[in-house]
Amino acid sequence: MTILEPTLGETRRQSTTLAGGLSSAVLLRATKDAFAKLDPRRLTSNPVIFTTWIVALLSTLSAVAAVADRQPAGFAIQVAAWLWATVLFANLAESVAEGRGKAAADSLRATRVTTKAKLIIDEKTGTIIPTPAHKLGVGEIILVEAGDVVPTDGEIIEGMASVNEAAITGESAPVIRESGGDRSAVTGGTTVVSDWIKVRVTAEAGSTFLDRMIAMVEGADRRKTPNEVALAVLLAGLTLIFLIAVVSLLGLGKFSGVALDPLVLGALFITLIPTTIGGLLSAVGIAGMDRLLKVNVLATSGRAVEAAGDVDTLLLDKTGTITFGNRMATEVIAAPGVLAETALRAAVSASLADETPEGRSIVELGRSLGLVVEVPAGATSIAFSATTRQSGLDAPNGNGGPMSWRKGAVDAVYRSLALDPKMVPAEVAAAVDRIARSGGTPLAVSENGVLVGVIHLKDVVKPGVKERFADLRRMGLRTVMITGDNPVTAAAIASEAGVDDFLAEATPEDKLRLIREEQGRGRLVAMCGDGANDAPALAQADVGVAMQTGAQAAREAGNMVDLDSDPTKVIEIVEVGKQMLITRGALTTFSIANDVAKYFAIIPAMFVVSLPALGAMNVMRLHSPESAILSAVIFNALVIVALIPLALRGVKYRAVGAGKLLSRNLLIYGLGGLVAPFVGIKLIDLIVSALGLA
Amino acid sequence: MNWQGWAEIALTLGLAVAIAWPLGAYMSRVWNGERTWLDPVLKPVEALFYAAGGIDPRKSQTWHGYAGALLAFNAVGFVLVYAVLRLQGVLPLNPQGFAGVSPHLAFNTAASFVTNTNWQSYGGETTMSTLSQMLVLTVQNFVSAATGATIAAALARAFVANRGEGVGNFWADLVRTTLYVLLPLSLVLAIVLVALGLPQTLAASVDATTLEGAPQKIALFATASQEAIKQLGINGGGVFNANSAHPFENPTPLTDLITAVSINMLGWAAFFAFGRSALARKDIRALVAAAMILLSAGAAAVYVTETQAAPALVAAHVDASVNMEGKEVRFGAPAAAAWVAMTTGASSGSVNTMHSSLMPLGGAVAMFLMQLGEILPGGIGSGIAIMVVMALLAVFVAGLMVGRTPEYLGKKVEAREIQLAMLAVLVVPLSMLGFSAVAAVLPEALKGLMHAGPHGLSEILYGYTSATANNGSAFAGLSANAPWWNTTLGISMTLGRFVPIVAVLAIAGALAAKPKLAPSAGAMPTDGGLFIGLLIGVILILGGLQFFPALALGPIVEHFQALALVAAAH
Repeated sequence: MTILEPTLGETRRQSTTLAGGLSSAVLLRATKDAFAKLDPRRLTSNPVIFTTWIVALLSTLSAVAAVADRQPAGFAIQVAAWLWATVLFANLAESVAEGRGKAAADSLRATRVTTKAKLIIDEKTGTIIPTPAHKLGVGEIILVEAGDVVPTDGEIIEGMASVNEAAITGESAPVIRESGGDRSAVTGGTTVVSDWIKVRVTAEAGSTFLDRMIAMVEGADRRKTPNEVALAVLLAGLTLIFLIAVVSLLGLGKFSGVALDPLVLGALFITLIPTTIGGLLSAVGIAGMDRLLKVNVLATSGRAVEAAGDVDTLLLDKTGTITFGNRMATEVIAAPGVLAETALRAAVSASLADETPEGRSIVELGRSLGLVVEVPAGATSIAFSATTRQSGLDAPNGNGGPMSWRKGAVDAVYRSLALDPKMVPAEVAAAVDRIARSGGTPLAVSENGVLVGVIHLKDVVKPGVKERFADLRRMGLRTVMITGDNPVTAAAIASEAGVDDFLAEATPEDKLRLIREEQGRGRLVAMCGDGANDAPALAQADVGVAMQTGAQAAREAGNMVDLDSDPTKVIEIVEVGKQMLITRGALTTFSIANDVAKYFAIIPAMFVVSLPALGAMNVMRLHSPESAILSAVIFNALVIVALIPLALRGVKYRAVGAGKLLSRNLLIYGLGGLVAPFVGIKLIDLIVSALGLA
Repeated sequence: MNWQGWAEIALTLGLAVAIAWPLGAYMSRVWNGERTWLDPVLKPVEALFYAAGGIDPRKSQTWHGYAGALLAFNAVGFVLVYAVLRLQGVLPLNPQGFAGVSPHLAFNTAASFVTNTNWQSYGGETTMSTLSQMLVLTVQNFVSAATGATIAAALARAFVANRGEGVGNFWADLVRTTLYVLLPLSLVLAIVLVALGLPQTLAASVDATTLEGAPQKIALFATASQEAIKQLGINGGGVFNANSAHPFENPTPLTDLITAVSINMLGWAAFFAFGRSALARKDIRALVAAAMILLSAGAAAVYVTETQAAPALVAAHVDASVNMEGKEVRFGAPAAAAWVAMTTGASSGSVNTMHSSLMPLGGAVAMFLMQLGEILPGGIGSGIAIMVVMALLAVFVAGLMVGRTPEYLGKKVEAREIQLAMLAVLVVPLSMLGFSAVAAVLPEALKGLMHAGPHGLSEILYGYTSATANNGSAFAGLSANAPWWNTTLGISMTLGRFVPIVAVLAIAGALAAKPKLAPSAGAMPTDGGLFIGLLIGVILILGGLQFFPALALGPIVEHFQALALVAAAH
């Protein structure tokens, strides 16, 4: 059978399948949906917009009454129309946000299996009856052969196959799935490319990974996150406060001899309540999930995304996240009396036939230092074996006669050269010692039975990782490196990568204990993992990111699945979480700060006819009382539309420490929120009065 | 306006904070049950109370238990005050021979003194017997102030707790605050005031002959001791109707300075005490700064408005460079401005100036400072507690902008805290604006007004504002000793006092149960200039802006009308 390894060039899919763009089709559907959402039963979960709906209805009735009485109703009609627009725009924001998920869900649904599964009813005879996928029960055994689509989620109990999981991950290179170990899970919707497997069904129809994925993407069972609930409480409270302020004007106004039009009171009320954030709140949450999808991460709930923003401690596996995962040669130290070039040539020659990543890295090191060595004719490679613990090359017809090169574990090479470790030149012993202490691996090199030098193999930290961790530190995140290495090696790499702490010789139990300790100190912890033995830690972590290629148990324990199976992704996840919270805060601040200007627009307009002295408060010099009120209502509606892109895109997150971030955002959204409506309402007033609307 | 005036205001406001700093550390020791230098004298007395009440002071109560004890204690206090006032005619120590107080006045007064409001619908020297003054009203002056302090002590403990249950022992907090803080300080201040000429006697009055030869009865009282706790306890209810404008309560500029400082001293001390007890000195200093900025702005605004010429006099072409109506000549405008801000910023309500005679915008400032919820610095403990509630809201609104679920002093701010904080904030406009709106259209209520038009509206608005804020100062002109006013004002006081108290204690319970988070570089800083600015913004927008329409119809339109009057005269 052939084993297909994913090739490096095509690992990341174009992330368009899941997180669709804002196409005109999406927009059209969203617009239709926005109207459908005018049904008040669908608005009850959003108190601010529901309140707006009621006031819009009341103002419509008052406009209708005015028309029926043959009184001038132009103003009332316009106010009512803009109040309806406010509700519509809020609905539109939510629909647009949902629309992207719905489009993605549609494409996922298309991959659902329609062909019949091969249900094994008798294990001994292997009798098969074709059965529709949705009739398969948990525990039943099915056969999946080359060319078949896996009908549902399951665990391989026999066989090994290469499986194309593009339908789920977007990754087209097939992966190997086999019984036993962490690679035994198969996902419904994927395709077996070669060989066959027997699979025990692990998911009920309707609750497979694909089903859950569709539900999540679509936001079908979207619940309010804790922070959304708290914010909704605040907004409802503000709505009540302004209701009191406006309703009390009925009595206070009567005392003051001010005739108050209920329509104007309604308009004042709607402009004061936080319609902007009320209208955009759910869109921000959906967009946050959407942004995660864009980086190919599937969160089981909005709560998980929110928690990601709060994470204090990040547990990162060393291999693959911090280092490349393979040790690489970084230098060759020549023994005393040996030319540096001779030692390097010997090291390269000993590795020419070595196809391991370490061996290749030695040849690569030579090449980077300008040394290219061809395999001598007639050379035979000496493979690594557990007994000799060295490998190399023998060339019978070298330049100066037969040549033989070896490299291997230092003590093994000494032994084969019959060298007493005490007799080794001090320089070599010192180099070996230094390499070991720095967390690297020394390899001794010999040429024709003579020790010529030492190769320094080391775990190379990925470029840019240190800067990334410095960013994280500024964000207030602690990074802890998890590694199976010994403490010396771990400490060396930890200091090179700039992590805050490390856990060496870590077992899954150690991980779990570390998470509990951190949580005990009141910190939120994020980690990623793929093995079945990671499952308890993934479940314990506040944000547990399971790799899609990982074990079924891990995928179920975590609250996020990374479809790219990229352990560095957890950093992006934290950023997405923070971005979502920032966007929410920014819009709330903006919305509340807006109120100041609205008071100055509407209060003088409301009272000025009866109490002309209050005309002095018309600081914006708005054209007329009607135009002032109308302009405030129009501004209030349009600002929702204007902010939809921001709600969907999110406020840009910068890793610059909380103080700086706060002052920057306060300046933009707080001060901006104070000033913007003064400018906006004045401009709208100019247009309204120029058009003769009021 | 002159520099001496500004300096006088700055000195008065600043002195209160300066004295409060060390006093706060002492108050915190009292709350924490730490050793104090008064222990040798007071420890046995304290133990006596616990023995009598069968109380284990070290036993921490849950917030339910704490709130239950607090409400029960205040309910008993209410009944006691009500009963004594109704029965004072048949009780001893009634040298003036006053009859029992009417039911609605007794209700109002009981609510008033239990809630630390000290609104007085009556003239003290013509209504209350010596027994009533000393036994029930003065006792409430102490314990109602201590009640306010207890909630700050409980809230501070909640911030320190890590997944805890208890918020402290109400009885211990009450006894210790009264015994170690209020009593000794009142004693010292009373002696100082006696030395400075305040009467301190059980005699009812002294007979005098006026210059015209007419006989006059001048009421006396144990004024100095009453004055001390009236100011220190942020009570504000004077033994004389003219309050601190009366020469027996406040004879000289020096007594004016001392008594003005003592209005705010313990309110600020509770801020500092909270900071020490909650292990958050720096963060609480930011709250002090924010409150001080707002209070100073208020005092400055009053000084500016009161040193304008009165428009009516200008219109009549009379020279009047300073609005001296309602002010004491021996104090002048700066002392009046400082006092107006300090008494309305705290929930005191004692006055050395008649607030109704302030310029319209000066009156607006007085109302606005109360409408902010009595946090500048407010009552002892109740002020800092509500200020922390405002800080929770500020952190919640803007804290998200650093990309984390908001937290304050190591505790996450979540739905329950916001719900309770909004409840505490919501009740203020509900009572102030709701009752005002009803009274404004009710003929029964309107009978109590002296003025029609904007000034009349201010009389209504000021009444419910003062009552709900538990301030107790009055806008002269409102005759409140009538069933409607006494009853509704009493209800406002009760709502404005106990709804926020229960909300704060519930917040304390919720916070105490949460894990104490380690400080994180990613959390929003709550101790710098940025946070101070943010907090001021939130206090003004969430706590004050909703009163803007009502104020526009009252003092603000009155101001613009006055300006129009001046313009017409020129």
